[in-house]
Amino acid sequence: MTTTAEPASTTGPTRPDPLDEIKIGGMGASRRRVEDNRFIRGKGNYIDDIVLPGMLHMEILRSPVAHARIRSIDASKAWDIPGVRLVLTGEMMASRNLAWMPTLSYDTQAVLATDKVRFQGQEVAAVIADDPYIAKDACEAIVVDYEPLPVVVNPEQAMAPDAPIIRDDKLNQPDNTCFTWEVGDKAGTDRAFEQADLVSKISCHYPRTHPSPLECCGSIADFDRATQKLTVYMTTQAPHIVRAAVALIAELPEHMIRIVSPDLGGGFGNKVPVYPGYVISILASILTERPVKWIEDRTGNLISTGFGRDVYLDGEIALRKDGRILGVRMTTTSDHGAFFADAQPSKFKIGLMHSAFAAYDIPYAHLDAHGVYTNKAPGGVAYRCSFRVTEAMFFQERMIQAAADDLGMDQAEFRRINLVKDDDFPHRTPYGFLTDSGQYEKCLQVAMDAIGYDEFRREQAEARKRGRLLGLGISTMTEPLGAGNSREYDILGIKMFDSAELRVHLSGKAILRTGAKTQGQGHETTWAQIVTHELGLPADDVVVEEGDTDTAPFGMGTYASRSTPVAGAAVAMAARKVRAKARKIAAYLLEVSEEDIEWELGRFHVRSAPERGVTIQECAMAAYANMPDGLEPGLEATAYYDPPNLTWPFAAYICTVEVDPQTGVWDVLRFVAVDDCGVRINPMVVEGQIMGGLTEAYAMSSMQFITFDADGNCIGSNFMDFLLPTAWETPGYELHEVVTPCPHHPLGAKGIGECATVAGPAAFVNAVLDALKPFGVRNIDMPLLPDRVYEAITQRHDVSGHPPIRTDN
Amino acid sequence: MTSLFEEITETDEEVPVRRVTITVNGRKRTADIEPRLLLAHLLRQGLKLTGTHTGCDTTNCGACTVLFDGQPIKSCTMLAVQADGHEVTTVEGLASSEQLSPVQEGFKEEHGLQCGFCTPGMMVAATALLAENPDPTEDEVRFALSGNLCRCTGYQNIVKAVLWAARRTRGEA
Repeated sequence: MTTTAEPASTTGPTRPDPLDEIKIGGMGASRRRVEDNRFIRGKGNYIDDIVLPGMLHMEILRSPVAHARIRSIDASKAWDIPGVRLVLTGEMMASRNLAWMPTLSYDTQAVLATDKVRFQGQEVAAVIADDPYIAKDACEAIVVDYEPLPVVVNPEQAMAPDAPIIRDDKLNQPDNTCFTWEVGDKAGTDRAFEQADLVSKISCHYPRTHPSPLECCGSIADFDRATQKLTVYMTTQAPHIVRAAVALIAELPEHMIRIVSPDLGGGFGNKVPVYPGYVISILASILTERPVKWIEDRTGNLISTGFGRDVYLDGEIALRKDGRILGVRMTTTSDHGAFFADAQPSKFKIGLMHSAFAAYDIPYAHLDAHGVYTNKAPGGVAYRCSFRVTEAMFFQERMIQAAADDLGMDQAEFRRINLVKDDDFPHRTPYGFLTDSGQYEKCLQVAMDAIGYDEFRREQAEARKRGRLLGLGISTMTEPLGAGNSREYDILGIKMFDSAELRVHLSGKAILRTGAKTQGQGHETTWAQIVTHELGLPADDVVVEEGDTDTAPFGMGTYASRSTPVAGAAVAMAARKVRAKARKIAAYLLEVSEEDIEWELGRFHVRSAPERGVTIQECAMAAYANMPDGLEPGLEATAYYDPPNLTWPFAAYICTVEVDPQTGVWDVLRFVAVDDCGVRINPMVVEGQIMGGLTEAYAMSSMQFITFDADGNCIGSNFMDFLLPTAWETPGYELHEVVTPCPHHPLGAKGIGECATVAGPAAFVNAVLDALKPFGVRNIDMPLLPDRVYEAITQRHDVSGHPPIRTDN
Repeated sequence: MTSLFEEITETDEEVPVRRVTITVNGRKRTADIEPRLLLAHLLRQGLKLTGTHTGCDTTNCGACTVLFDGQPIKSCTMLAVQADGHEVTTVEGLASSEQLSPVQEGFKEEHGLQCGFCTPGMMVAATALLAENPDPTEDEVRFALSGNLCRCTGYQNIVKAVLWAARRTRGEA
């Protein structure tokens, strides 16, 4: 790629050819990723790749039991092992007021246990040693005396009258209620149900699962006694939130804290919270005056860090005979584990669960949400999810499928009747959100045409006669992506805006920094494309940096598909500020007034004489070498973007499956995905996000979940038990697009990162249950393991996935 | 080479040490190591070849895949002493100084990676496949990579990347 380095048009007689935006890597270009250059050479810089001089290594001792009082901890044998530098216990943390820390949901969480352990895998002690092998040896030498307590593994048990109180550390906590919360119009909804011809009901469980990025969590804390500066390299999707949290927890001055998030080996929400390991490594560095590295192992990651989902639904839809939905009632019970540590906006206790049914034109809805404490790991993170919308849309589409079946209506027809129409935007959803735009019916039609809907239905009916079980599942949904706005969305009181800072150097090359943090999404590639679109600088001339709080502008980080809706918008706005300043310089260089200047990509020209112009690069040089009197030198801008609304992408997915009645095994025949995420900055990257998301959806519907036995032992504590699909099991996907530009985003873009994970599971599950319709089965809880499907077929009943309760004592 | 971790001082005398010589990426490397040291850790910390990642500790995820005498193995569950006298190729050994391998090019060309953490192991496994089978079908690629997990891509583009590399190697791309 070359820049337009023609001589200034002020001296040339002809107008240069307009720039081809795609060729210079602008919007719409499937630009190959710049970050790949290091990753394919094995030269990424992940947390465990960082080595600091004199660095010590930390290992955490975790509780083997789910609920127990700690009688004593004897660490003397650990101290005796050569190479051990420090052993930390809860008592020592408490002496520095660090035994407990605040969570992102205004609860508290133990850093190292002092009184009790409340879940299997909870942090009990930490060893800091010369190498990780010694630290592990020393952990094994610590003797902890536990007094076992009764264990609570599910909400039903948690709310039983004689349940042990898990959070006896909290004042005014008489039971295991974590919160109760409601939203919607209860009276209106009650009236709607009174008028219904039919009420369709379904209950299901969205099982606990784990984001399990391939790289586990870790940190390297480096406290410099001389400068009093604390630098922490850390696997975090939100470095600035962490800096604020560390300032509050460790009571260190914020300007003396530097958080650096290096290359992240995936995040998916797992790397949003502040974990005990980070905090302990910080204290360990302060105490040892050496850098301290903590690298979590896979079991530690799966049993202690932020899980996703674990919500039970009782859902009801009030229906009119003609297929119209009159109202919706949802009652959710969510299992938050031992500490309420959901990473979500403060106002919403069960995240954005009430975004359910946003795609449908429904007058009334009401949601009753109950959260409970159990003896499980805390977290409730937005696992490839915009704060519980994954549960919301799964429940919605399961309820929709059941309702259509109850009415005896075709699945697609029922949706078509109730989906919001194109000319009905902005549309107020039954729970009060305002959706922005969409072409829902068109998306559904594209999906139906692609899959050959009518033909498949005929084939399915024929196959049934011969005992073959074919099924088709539809999932249609819109979801809210890109929090803020700041009026309604905050985390720990900090409003959910985001930021970008663009510096154009004198030679026309630029550096862009944002408050977001890529973890595989390709920001280094796509952010530069936005600058190209706005300024005409070739994308290769823009370097993107994120993740260092000493250099990046303050932002809320990357999760909940907010990068493009918020930080991406900030990039555009920063570039527009640069362009506005460059326009003044252009007017000066061309010796005309600003009003007489026109912009074309990469160049200003005189309106009446298009051949007289200056390139953006020439403006950049002039900003440092030849600026007009009275104009501030330099060509830089910072933008903080507070979105006016969330963006509302739409997905219409159709999956077809065949179920083997002899084994309960189901195979995906085809999967058609139609996504409308507005304008696509880099279509290749967008498609990559969709296929990745669909695979996580397939994983959750087919095999990936975390459950517990009656004693609170985590089943799924390693990749032998926590199953993830490989290339062999994963189906292929057929992708289609519809583009409805977002009316309020500066580029017309909407979020996309999680759409497929959100809409996908219902398509798979609906397809399998459609295949099982002849057996009268209404629900099987995810994952649809062969034994569950087999049980449903042979016993002709629903199959629950609730963790078992001990009944023998 | 020097000892594995920078500051093993007091413990040096008490820990049994064994000398191993391993040919890594074509170069003979000798190290005095603890017998319990995992090959992945020797590569990463001792030889500073940090392209080999560890993701699961249990041989499931394949991020630590290296070639062992030409065969793909998981280096997180092999002891370094077992590699004594053998040849190991890591991701850093796939490219020459000026030229990427077809597999590396294919991963970039077909967007076969996102976070990049599984990528070294995937590319090493794919390299082994193509050495054995220069013209694999999609199913053969999927089967050959079924010891390697990816959480980002959904595999479709990884498969395309490997097929691209196969075509390139055969002079068709």
